[in-house]
Amino acid sequence: MLTNAIAGRFSATRSAAVVKRNARAMQTGPSAWLLVLAGLVEPLFYLLSIGLGVGSLISKDIVYRGHEVSYPDFVAPAMLATSAMTAAFSTTTFAFFAKLRQSKVYEAVLVTPVRPREVAVAEVVWSAIRGTVYCGLFLIAMVLLDTVSVGWALLAFPASVLAVVAFAAIGLAASTLMRGWHDFDALTTAQMALFLFSGTFSPAEDYPVPAQILVELTPLYHAVELIRRICIGDLAPQLLWNAGYLVAATGLCLVFAARRIHTIVYD
Amino acid sequence: MVQPSVAVLERHMLLYRRLWKASVFSFFALPYLFLVSIGAGVGGYVGEVDGFAYLDWIAPGILAATVYQIAANESTYGVYTDFEWVGGFHTMRGTRVSIRDMIAGWLMYVLVMVTMAVVAFLAIAWMFGTLHSPWVWTVPLICALLALGAAGPTMAFAACIRNDGYFELLTRFVVIPTTLFAGVFFPVSELPEGFRQLAYASPLWHGVELSRGAMLGTSPAWPVAWHIGYLLLWAVAGWICAEVAFRRRLAS
Repeated sequence: MLTNAIAGRFSATRSAAVVKRNARAMQTGPSAWLLVLAGLVEPLFYLLSIGLGVGSLISKDIVYRGHEVSYPDFVAPAMLATSAMTAAFSTTTFAFFAKLRQSKVYEAVLVTPVRPREVAVAEVVWSAIRGTVYCGLFLIAMVLLDTVSVGWALLAFPASVLAVVAFAAIGLAASTLMRGWHDFDALTTAQMALFLFSGTFSPAEDYPVPAQILVELTPLYHAVELIRRICIGDLAPQLLWNAGYLVAATGLCLVFAARRIHTIVYD
Repeated sequence: MVQPSVAVLERHMLLYRRLWKASVFSFFALPYLFLVSIGAGVGGYVGEVDGFAYLDWIAPGILAATVYQIAANESTYGVYTDFEWVGGFHTMRGTRVSIRDMIAGWLMYVLVMVTMAVVAFLAIAWMFGTLHSPWVWTVPLICALLALGAAGPTMAFAACIRNDGYFELLTRFVVIPTTLFAGVFFPVSELPEGFRQLAYASPLWHGVELSRGAMLGTSPAWPVAWHIGYLLLWAVAGWICAEVAFRRRLAS
């Protein structure tokens, strides 16, 4: 009875224990930091290639939400949002799925007082810690490439962390639905489609209306909007809607993921 | 009795028949998505490059990049698995399949994969109206040569390593940057000095120049024979490296 009552409440300490386990597990691979670097360079390469390279072919400024923005400045915040997504998915999709279904790490974790929701929160926190490193470094690169001012970069930083948290929760929820490794093809496909069509490389207003509506339902679009508007210094009230979407997605996906972890491990 | 190398090809095709669904996206859908997002989407802002609409200019580049990526990516885990986990190559060693047959069989398999993707892409490019020259019929041959130049060295790499984590590094630090900076999305003349030479050194840039010439009817940056010769160099050197690496791996 007593243990049930204790276990019924959410415990930050127990959640933190799971985060610590992840940090320990990371130390076993010697190339772990090289892999973190590898995750960072991809959006940076895209920024240099499409943003600056293709940007050099574009003489006019892009008109975005009534502001005239140079093409590199337009693409850079989108690459930051993308790297938030990539960072979040790097721990919450394949790696999480392996612990859930293959190595059965959570079966071991859940025989201790740790509860599924603490596991879900821990995985999001762990992802956010790594994502913070990615986004921070990427923002420094953006400042060095002169695509954002230092002041707006400081404000864009928490926005990018929010994006990491939201995508971590989305990644967890999606991974609990996967039946096997082959199902991840769908996730990779979706990730690439989001990357190419979230108003990332050209404004979403250019798309045909049905495509626009579809895009506005997806999370990366909101992350891109939020981060880009902050980066160009346009603090419109609509940003609250974009941020609200990401917060709501985080909450819903966390609850869903915790339930699914419960079902998978106990049933 | 079939040729041993054909038997090796047959084995890989048999496996592919069970796994083909996973490749549908990267072979057929991804290049099309890039064409729409960058070619059509960003193209609206770029206007013309070398006198062609950006969509037309970028289509041959995306095709060559797709070929390069398929050839390289197929030859990572595809080869590694048979050494490290399944032991396919070790088993072949016990038959009359020679090391050369193993490599020839694998390269033929890569060529089959690449050609499927090329034909599908050309059909889409034709629907988009981006084909401007009768030389387009040479594109599958150009792509086959590029694929050999990319697959050979990757096979050698896959036979050398003992931990599959290195593939992540290969993809991130070699394959993706090559794709992004070898004249696929913008002319290499926009690159700073030094980086431009890196682009010239990659097989992809030569494949891009040749396929762009064949699809648009323009002449490539260098004489055609030089581009072809350089790609042949990669293909032959890659094959030799693969043979050395296979021999060393199978001796242990």
